[in-house]
Amino acid sequence: MNGLTFDIAHLLAGGLVLVSFMMLYQDRLFALINVFALHAVVLALSVAWQAYIQDAHHLYVTAAIALVFKAIVIPVGLHRIIQRLGIHRDIETAVGIGPTMLGGIGLVALSMVLMLRVTPEADPLAREDLAFALSIILLGLLVMVTRRNAVSQVVGFMSLENGLVLAATGAKGMPLVVEISVAFSILIAFIVIGVFLFRIRERFDSVDVGALDDYRGEHR
Amino acid sequence: MALILELAVQGAQMILVLLLAPLLTGFVRKVKARLLRRQGPSLVQPYRDLLRLMRKEVVLADNASWLFRVTPYLIFATTWVAAALIPTFATGLTFSWTADLIAIVALLGSARFFLALAGMDVGTSFGGIGSSREVMIASLAEPAMLLIVFSLALVAGATQLSTVAAFMGSPQVGLRVSLGMSLIALVMVAVAENARIPVDNPSTHLELTMVHEAMVLEYSGRHLAMIEFAAFLKLLLYMSLICCVFLPWGQATAEAGPESLAPGVVAYIGKLAVCGILLAVFETAIAKMRVFRVPDFLGAALMLALLGTLLLFVSRSL
Repeated sequence: MNGLTFDIAHLLAGGLVLVSFMMLYQDRLFALINVFALHAVVLALSVAWQAYIQDAHHLYVTAAIALVFKAIVIPVGLHRIIQRLGIHRDIETAVGIGPTMLGGIGLVALSMVLMLRVTPEADPLAREDLAFALSIILLGLLVMVTRRNAVSQVVGFMSLENGLVLAATGAKGMPLVVEISVAFSILIAFIVIGVFLFRIRERFDSVDVGALDDYRGEHR
Repeated sequence: MALILELAVQGAQMILVLLLAPLLTGFVRKVKARLLRRQGPSLVQPYRDLLRLMRKEVVLADNASWLFRVTPYLIFATTWVAAALIPTFATGLTFSWTADLIAIVALLGSARFFLALAGMDVGTSFGGIGSSREVMIASLAEPAMLLIVFSLALVAGATQLSTVAAFMGSPQVGLRVSLGMSLIALVMVAVAENARIPVDNPSTHLELTMVHEAMVLEYSGRHLAMIEFAAFLKLLLYMSLICCVFLPWGQATAEAGPESLAPGVVAYIGKLAVCGILLAVFETAIAKMRVFRVPDFLGAALMLALLGTLLLFVSRSL
């Protein structure tokens, strides 16, 4: 394989991990959603590059889906939701930014150690993509765990799905049907979560998920 | 004969950094003033300041110890030695083989240690504030700097700056996301280390926000001149380091012979001017941040450097 094609794939996938970290760093809702849109754009670029080097044309469709839905439709929808909910625009984090960042670095290191151990004889490109994808998934989970606000948890969930798409494109021979169904299910999940957000808001006057704990009788 | 020539080139480099350092600071101040539509002081104003301070009488506090008097010279000497180790216009100079990037970080760290001690020596409250803040910044900036050194060493296979510069100039370096992250982290560390905006404001004496100025508040006369000169040198040093590692083009090499030195010097001054303009534009465009947000800023630099190092392990060469 040509060195430069690998380098560009590495650059884009590494950029995706970096944008995941930027998501961890944000403490404003609108900024978080803009970073999520950037995440989707970088994902679309990365998938398009994979389509180019693997000569797999159906991956261009995946890139287009990522660009249209995740970089445009979902962020605009989230902006609308926030405006209609009229909630506080700063995010209450459960853990401070510094420890969260350290935890994120630890997760990236963990996923690299794991993936490099497990896949020593795989194609280097797929190997690298899998390691990055696992770290993006773990970082998405970390975003969901460390945020109290339900909207930012949705964003964490969506970025986790971006990691799944990256893993899927890194492995050769992923059928298009699977990807379309994944994208579709994410969209359905987005709609369902949106409905839930409004229900939570109606009942508790807040989208802070801490209110649910009181309702269940748990006390912190 | 060859040894004498090499020593002469090395001496010329040391004199050159010494002469250029105040000019660079004057240039940055001038560009900042012009960006604010002011006339600004002339380019040679820092030289005049240094000469004036040299001639002035030293006023010492009664309880100042010997450490307080020795520190300015120590800081100047360590900074100058560190600057002499960096390939500025030519790689492979005589001194650059004696110490590597980690030694440069250690030299700057010891200079900061003595400055922090001297800030607390007289026992004024401002000195104490300045020292504690400086050490807080240093405790985050130095790990970030060392991680940048590690990722450079992993890429280039050496911590020796001449080797790193030669590797960065060769086509085999490729396109690497880790190097981009290291560059951003190094710029953030350099901004913090040189007490520039947004971490500290070099041109204010507003006591609530200052870090570097608070430590040197008790100094006067030639002691202050030495400290100011060391600060100018440190700015030049960091800019030279960034240029040497990330923009290694146009440097004279040991094989090319003495006739490549003159283009090397011209290229070096051009790179410094570009860096100075960029610094002035950056400082004009951004507001100073609160002291309590500095750990976040430097934490981001540390995180970037760490991530860059981690990403290297899944890249092509490793």
